[in-house]
Amino acid sequence: MKLLNYTSAWFGLILFLVLSIWATVFYFNMLDEIYDSMDDGLENQKLLVIRRAEQDGEVLLRDDFDDGYYKVSQVPFEQVENYTDVYQDTLIYTLNEEDFEPFRMLKTVFELNGNYYHLSLITSMVEEDDLIEDLFYALVFLYLGLIFSVLILNNFLLKKIWRPFYNLLDNLKTFRLDDPKPFDAKKTRIDEFQLLHDSVKKLLEKNIQTYNSQKQFIENASHEIQTPLAISLNKLELLAENHHLDDKALPIVASVMDNLERLSRLNKSLLLLSKIINKQFPGEEQVDFSQLVTKSVDDFSDLAAHRNISISLNAVDGHLIRMNPDLAAVMVTNLLKNALVHNHSGGWVDVILTKESLTVENSGQATPLNKEKIFERLEKGSSSPQSNGLGLSIVRAIAELYGFSIDYAFQDKHIMKLRF
Amino acid sequence: MPQDMKILIVEDEPDMLGNMVDSLSKENYLVETAQDYETALEKVSLYSYDCILLDITLPGGNGLDVLQALKKLDKTDGVIIVSAKNSLDDKVKGLNLGADDYLPKPFHLAELHARVKAVFRRKKLDGKKSLVSGNVKIYPEERLAFVGEEALKLNRKEFDILLYLITNQNRLVSKTALAEHVWGDQIDEADSFEFIYSQIKNLRKRFKESGANIEIQAIYGIGYKVQPR
Repeated sequence: MKLLNYTSAWFGLILFLVLSIWATVFYFNMLDEIYDSMDDGLENQKLLVIRRAEQDGEVLLRDDFDDGYYKVSQVPFEQVENYTDVYQDTLIYTLNEEDFEPFRMLKTVFELNGNYYHLSLITSMVEEDDLIEDLFYALVFLYLGLIFSVLILNNFLLKKIWRPFYNLLDNLKTFRLDDPKPFDAKKTRIDEFQLLHDSVKKLLEKNIQTYNSQKQFIENASHEIQTPLAISLNKLELLAENHHLDDKALPIVASVMDNLERLSRLNKSLLLLSKIINKQFPGEEQVDFSQLVTKSVDDFSDLAAHRNISISLNAVDGHLIRMNPDLAAVMVTNLLKNALVHNHSGGWVDVILTKESLTVENSGQATPLNKEKIFERLEKGSSSPQSNGLGLSIVRAIAELYGFSIDYAFQDKHIMKLRF
Repeated sequence: MPQDMKILIVEDEPDMLGNMVDSLSKENYLVETAQDYETALEKVSLYSYDCILLDITLPGGNGLDVLQALKKLDKTDGVIIVSAKNSLDDKVKGLNLGADDYLPKPFHLAELHARVKAVFRRKKLDGKKSLVSGNVKIYPEERLAFVGEEALKLNRKEFDILLYLITNQNRLVSKTALAEHVWGDQIDEADSFEFIYSQIKNLRKRFKESGANIEIQAIYGIGYKVQPR
């Protein structure tokens, strides 16, 4: 939910509650005030009626309201003893409305010339339902008016106020650690936003710095490792070449060289992997996958023949994909290598290239591999000593870099499917 | 190889430098060295070399600046960048600045010799277009091989192997170096390169059929060496 809508919704709810409570209180206060003033009026009229009765005996003969607002009836003394004035609501039939309407009535008693009289006075009352209705409409108008104002406030004012915040968000959305653009926003007068902006900027600068030094570190570490490896390997080569080592010494030198070479390859693979993940491979071009796959299969044909594995290739012609050519080659050869290394003598490898996918199927161990783990770094599926456990991680890293998907399935054969 | 091939090795690691000097000296090249940026700059400005092996990270400066200086001086020395960084950026920059090749560390000495000779060949420095070992002669550019006057029929891989071995004749060529050179970098770790053996066997058979007087000697567990019988 957008911040704007969120605040609007809350404003709406709060306004609704406040207005409802306010309306109730207002309604009862109003009513109270009206009763009060009506009762005062009745009291006054009572005094007026009694004064008139003293001058005009006619008054004492009105025993019904008819066209007047009071009625008088003579009552015995017992009834006026301890009598207190009573104000009450009553319904009286009115001609104009042709209905019973609410009236306020004062019942009281008075004494005149030794006689006791009972006096009732009425006055027309506000119609409660009309009042409630009017009040309700007024409130609805008020409520809508307020909501409308809030929306306008939100949409114009808040939008303006929050603009630095949204600018910051936009900047963050497009921010990439490996390709940082200058992170600048206009100065804002709102302290919090300025603080937020400055903090984010500082945080990102720190991150970019860390990222860069990490990248630098990886390169330097690789450099530092490669040099002693290079020295050692070359010294061993010179040793094996210059000095006539006997048949006991040679296998030892060979073994040390093998292991150093393995270490060097592992180092190179790790560096490659980190470079791919850090997106340090610019330079895309149209790579002819049909040609690439054909060439790779050809490159591996000697190895396959040596291991007594047959390779079949079924590829569409001229399939072009835009990517870094080196990475394309690494991806294809790693898939092929994987299929050959985890195989057995007399086995087979099928390579199928279509417009949508590159599939490498191969014979191998009869049980499926762990789908989750085979693409993890240094996760060795089998005991093959030639595999350093990075080949498929590299394939996946490249696939992810270009938005391809790579999946493994087992159906009496191992299937690696790369979808472009 | 003629005596007058002059090579300058710019490398700050003494051990690395020692290895390269050791190996290259055996070819009767005149080998000079520089261990820092200043010396390198001084030497390339004063003298001309047929081939410069140039490290990128040097004390006191960047190897690429040495390249720049060469370009400014209009020198046409062959340059092979030798770097442990194996960085695409450096490679592209280096080649754009006129370097002839880029050799990432670690490398096999056989590969170093092959690259140096390729530079000589490209620059036609030794005035020869062929390589000779015993009665075998190969023309790398035309991709032709002869035993005496007779053409030796080889397939693509066999020719590449023979060329590489003869380029490094009398020198130990490790299986890995051979595999990476002929089958490409990506072949690495696929096997202990035993599959090379069948190709070597084929070559030996061809030598025997055509009466070549060179032999491919297997060095136990490490690799091969070609030498005249």
